[in-house]
Amino acid sequence: MALTADGSEQKELTQTPLLKIWVPWMGCNLNRRRGSSVPQFCNSPTMIVMVGLPARGKTYISKKLTRYLNWIGVPTKMFNVGQYRREAVKIYKNFEFFKQDNEEAMNIRKACAAAALKDVTAYFTKEQGQVAVFDATNTTCERRAIILNFAKEKGYKVFFVESICEDPEIIAENIKQVKFGSPDYVDRDIEEAMEDFVQRIECYRASYTSIDDDKDRKLSYIKIFDVGSRYLVNQVQDHIQSRIVYYLMNIHVTPRSIYLTRHGESELNLLGRIGGDSGLSPRGQKYANALATFIKSQNIKDLKVWTSHMKRTIQTAEALGVQYEQWKALNEIDAGVCEELTYEEIQRDFPSEFALRDQDKYRYRYPKGESYEDMVHRLEPVIMELERQENVLVICHQAIMRCLLAYFLDKPGDELPYLRCPLHTTLKLTPVAYGCKVEPFFLNIEAVNTHRERPVNVSVNRNQDEALQTVPDHI
Amino acid sequence: MMRGCSSSRTKLTQNQDRTVCMTNCPTLIVTVGLPARGKTYISKKLTRYLNWIDVPTREFNVGQYRREFVKIYKSFEFFRPDNEEGLSIRRQCASAALNDVRQYLTEEGGQVAVFDATNTTRERRETIIQFAEQNGFKVFFVESVCEDPDVIQENIVQVKLESPDYTNCNTEEAVKDFMMRIQCYENSYETLDEVLDRDLSYIKIMDVGQRFLVNRVLDHIQSRIVYYLMNIHITPRSIYLCRHGESELNVKGRIGGDSGLTPRGKEFAKKLTQFIQKQDISDLKVWTSQMKRTIQTAEALGVPYEQWKVLNEIDAGVCEEMMYEEIQESYSLEFALRDQDKYRYRYPKGESYEDLVQRLEPVIMELERQENVLVICHQAVMRCLLAYFLDKTAVELPYLKCPLHTVLKLTPVAYGCKVESICLNVEAVNTHRERPENVDVSRMSEEALLTVPAHQ
Repeated sequence: MALTADGSEQKELTQTPLLKIWVPWMGCNLNRRRGSSVPQFCNSPTMIVMVGLPARGKTYISKKLTRYLNWIGVPTKMFNVGQYRREAVKIYKNFEFFKQDNEEAMNIRKACAAAALKDVTAYFTKEQGQVAVFDATNTTCERRAIILNFAKEKGYKVFFVESICEDPEIIAENIKQVKFGSPDYVDRDIEEAMEDFVQRIECYRASYTSIDDDKDRKLSYIKIFDVGSRYLVNQVQDHIQSRIVYYLMNIHVTPRSIYLTRHGESELNLLGRIGGDSGLSPRGQKYANALATFIKSQNIKDLKVWTSHMKRTIQTAEALGVQYEQWKALNEIDAGVCEELTYEEIQRDFPSEFALRDQDKYRYRYPKGESYEDMVHRLEPVIMELERQENVLVICHQAIMRCLLAYFLDKPGDELPYLRCPLHTTLKLTPVAYGCKVEPFFLNIEAVNTHRERPVNVSVNRNQDEALQTVPDHI
Repeated sequence: MMRGCSSSRTKLTQNQDRTVCMTNCPTLIVTVGLPARGKTYISKKLTRYLNWIDVPTREFNVGQYRREFVKIYKSFEFFRPDNEEGLSIRRQCASAALNDVRQYLTEEGGQVAVFDATNTTRERRETIIQFAEQNGFKVFFVESVCEDPDVIQENIVQVKLESPDYTNCNTEEAVKDFMMRIQCYENSYETLDEVLDRDLSYIKIMDVGQRFLVNRVLDHIQSRIVYYLMNIHITPRSIYLCRHGESELNVKGRIGGDSGLTPRGKEFAKKLTQFIQKQDISDLKVWTSQMKRTIQTAEALGVPYEQWKVLNEIDAGVCEEMMYEEIQESYSLEFALRDQDKYRYRYPKGESYEDLVQRLEPVIMELERQENVLVICHQAVMRCLLAYFLDKTAVELPYLKCPLHTVLKLTPVAYGCKVESICLNVEAVNTHRERPENVDVSRMSEEALLTVPAHQ
């Protein structure tokens, strides 16, 4: 037995059953052992602090960024000070609340910001959060100084995101999209609401100091001008800030739709076998043709079509008769030793693996294969490019589609592997307000069901019937 | 990154023309900045990165054209703004370079050309923009702005003193002349302006990456370029690359798999620990794959390490854990195809080197961000990483020598990378198989197995 640097005996490595990670000994705390299984993005917690006048997209950016960071596995939470204010002041009367000389309101607003900061601390210390997005106007040096001091005291990193825009059309559109629906304006008509909100913005304008490129040159920040036409990036400190900058520089607000679908039904689908690289069944081919008709009827401008490198998605795309791009990253999850097996065979040959998968389907890695967690990492460039693009049709696979859908619909790791993505159904996703509208289109071609629900009994001691209880029918 | 874009939408044939569709039209990257601001450093690095991620790129250094035209460099006077003859020659050189750019992008399959010159006047840039418009190229400017005298001095020392322009001068003379040269440009320098140039696509890099101004990023490739430029730095550091210690499957001559270390492999892990300790590296990060053999190697070091799944060895699909002899027996056609084009060849149900490069891109990006790092990986993976640092082509990459029990220490220097190979003196089996002479599918077994290294 070899000796390690510290003189202790080097134990034989064993592989953890669920994640298939090699560790020095079983039972060692996965978080405290020497080898971490995911690259460490942040050592100290990071506060992302929004800056900008009302209706500059701060909450839009905050929500989107939070969704993205959570999806790539960085626990992130958003703290919207406006929400705290709405809880403190049950009924919003009018813009006078935001006037500079309204002392009572000022005190309430300061208290709300302080309460939010307190919750940020709780999130970092008690909930293992890594990033907190502090969504408020933060338009004065004074307010930003308070936040910086707070962060310094606690050892948090701070990264400012300032949104600057003076295009009246964009601002009007923002107000329309998100402010009219706000609880603040629930009882107003549109004209009243617009008038009030414009006055609200004016309340902030007089005391607004943008981040100063000279005085604040030691701060870490990005300034976004005119919805992404220009950016100023200053003092990026670490990996996570670099990723955040890259993400913010790739998103846009141009209206568009993303169509997600699986390949047409495949030969292996019919046989109830997972994975593999088979071709379309006759019904699958019918679906491909129906998809072509559907897409034409949608009259989409400049549609990009993406597939994986697997035969069944490519065959589906071929029916469309347009150019398409193949991404290896869109290939279905690699089931390793279970490739091309039926669930019955998996239960027969690998019963404990089968049970482990049901215990934690997101993190479970097939022997010599992948996990959903692995897939999310390899899909990240796809998501980044989807953000850059406009109208796109992605023809992919069940597990892949679940991962992509989870990103757009903000579904957490425990829901993701059970999202319903049936064959022969196209989902049309359209960004709207702070989220995503989903329209399912079932193209009326029958197909097998490939969705296996989590069975009731996930214990490794369960019997065969309990394990196979939720397996969908097949040949 | 997009792969295998079928530009014609016809068949599912094996040898489909696989052009990468990242850019619709070619891109001209134009550097801007006073001398000694790192333009050539950035040009070369960017070119190397883009080629590695399979975007055919070439740099065109106008200074080179000038050196070929004006055989002998006399002094800074050549660059004086009132030197008509000098100006005329310089204009001609720029034109010649642009001509070569046009040829590269339109006739030689290039996708990106990096036009490396000072381009400090709006007039010069306007000429380039018109040239690009006429030819259907997109333009992206990369301006480097720096007034830190220490940084400029260091630049001059690192790359200017070695320049052919100053072979016959001593250091003091060279520095003095170069400072005068910079001055020649200063009066007419028009930096990219937020207002005047608001319709151009550009990134302005200030003070070696402290601050960036990014304007109108038009497409995917420009977005990737910006991300890359924002992650590189010039802080001195070293990257150590090595493979895991010799593994059980190594000695059996079997590829892939997930076996543990042999006794000799464990010995290497010990020696590696001693070597690393002696190097006395500040803040060393250690990275491994998620395969047993690299983790075992790292465990011996007794320091924290990070496991990256993307550092896993190439997936040999149906050939996993086979010996070359067995591959020849069961998959002789595949074996020959692999020898014909080892970079693009994909194992059935496995990967190719090309796939590896794609999945390693985040590792490279993070390596650029980091400082001192030790990467314990695998043969094919190490070849890909090495090819990035040493600017090796796709043809050379799969045959780079990365023997077991040898550490490569890479230190960025001037425009490239210094490599020190340190063999830790622990015997190991050879796993390097050279390309055999006969790569034809009809070759005989002996010809196929000619270059297989010895094993148990």
